[in-house]
Amino acid sequence: MHDTHASSPAIDVEHLVKVYRKATAVNDISFKIARHSVTALLGGNGAGKTTTIGMIMGLVRPTSGTVRVLGHSMPDESAEVLGRMNFESPYVDMPMRLTVRQNLTVFGKLYAVTDLRERIGQLAADLDLQDFLDRSSGTLSAGQKTRVSLAKALINNPELLLLDEPTASLDPDAADWIRRHLENYRKARGATILLASHNMLEVERLCDRVIILKRGRIEDDDTPSGIRARYNRQTLEEVFLDVARGRVQEAS
Amino acid sequence: MNALTEGLPRHGIGWHRIGAMLLRHWYLLTSSWPRLLEMVYWPALTLISWGFLQNYISGNASFFAKAGGTLIGAIILWDILFRGQLGFSMSFLEEMWSRNLGNLMMSPLTPFEFLLSLMIMSLIRLAIGVVPMVVMAAVFFNFNVFGLGLALVAFFCNLILTSWAVGIVVSGLVVRNGMGAESLAWTLVFILLPLACVYYPVSVLPAWLQWVAWLLPPTYVFEGMRALMIDKVFRADLMIEALAINAGLFVVAIVVFVALLNSARSHGKLIQSGE
Repeated sequence: MHDTHASSPAIDVEHLVKVYRKATAVNDISFKIARHSVTALLGGNGAGKTTTIGMIMGLVRPTSGTVRVLGHSMPDESAEVLGRMNFESPYVDMPMRLTVRQNLTVFGKLYAVTDLRERIGQLAADLDLQDFLDRSSGTLSAGQKTRVSLAKALINNPELLLLDEPTASLDPDAADWIRRHLENYRKARGATILLASHNMLEVERLCDRVIILKRGRIEDDDTPSGIRARYNRQTLEEVFLDVARGRVQEAS
Repeated sequence: MNALTEGLPRHGIGWHRIGAMLLRHWYLLTSSWPRLLEMVYWPALTLISWGFLQNYISGNASFFAKAGGTLIGAIILWDILFRGQLGFSMSFLEEMWSRNLGNLMMSPLTPFEFLLSLMIMSLIRLAIGVVPMVVMAAVFFNFNVFGLGLALVAFFCNLILTSWAVGIVVSGLVVRNGMGAESLAWTLVFILLPLACVYYPVSVLPAWLQWVAWLLPPTYVFEGMRALMIDKVFRADLMIEALAINAGLFVVAIVVFVALLNSARSHGKLIQSGE
């Protein structure tokens, strides 16, 4: 498909606000995500990460402000871009009674994937799904489910991938393996990845940029090394604790 | 964009996406024989119970002897309405139970295509339940529903349109309010049972309630069925009036669904759709 918005940022968020009743989940945030980059949204529980990702996906309507994805306004023009992006989130599952292969087939057809059988075979090999490809999705372990969800998120070779805690339930070996796969995918596809994570090692390894959210506002926005230097800390984990515990003034 | 047009497809209907949704439900149905059995079991049980009752009272009451088959006809037509709505709502609820709605809303599937796939699934589920029922009515009670002829097509179209309208509104309420509204899928349609005069003529109702009854398309169908079976007259006028009300009802249902979907988006319900 010819993309008339190829020069626009992958994601362009301006003065985004989301208020649920009286609670402000996201409070006037603005940022642009460059194409082919990997960016992390960091923040404690209730910082506004999931709501922000929900608004980027078009699942949550902003109270005010705008979100443009691949040059198109969300959620109003979501039909223009949903086929070119995908996501993985702990807030959704796939039908449990269907086998992994059936689920991937259904989603492949929804995304009009050509050579679907080949694509499923490739993902099964890449993500080590072969042993349980014909098992019901409901019988899988948490780690296996995460890999299947990632396979679903990659089924359409998305230009933009949104990931919410992509390695949350995986053992260190499997998590490392997934990160390597994401790195390779990003390089091979030239994809843009936005991920929300609590795993600081993951963020340092994968991301070019970190946006730290606190109480719905952007607390900081820089490269991982830039943020570490500014807070005078060795690791992002220490920075995260500084921000979460309100030690920002002292640290800086 | 106008909120009311948000659910409508802007690049035509993606039949491959509708095909994908039908495949999803086909996989589900064929993965569980108890699911299939349950779809046949209740209609068959209802037919047998009421069929024998009709046999009994038709031998003891001259009216029922004259109007033979009206009870069985009413049962089959009511089941078309009830099972049509249930088939729609069950297919929708499967997405809620499996927390899959977020995946679908985030995919290129439009809300309109989603509803269309649910309508087709309701026809498939209805066929699985009602076809054995129709066969049993012919075998055990000598009632051939196809003896209603072309009128059956008119009855069926009107009933299925009403069932879809109810199913669409219920789905919207569940999207907006979460699984707390699930019970509406099983209960809401039953308000039509007394008001649409399934088993008795409209004249039985008090005058003020007759006004309400005539606002409901199924009332016209059940009156039409009685006219056909008792007086041997096909009331085309009733079917046209029912179709006109159904058209309005269907548009209202779509508008309500899109409004509830937009409200769910505003309240962040689509990323917590299993709750």
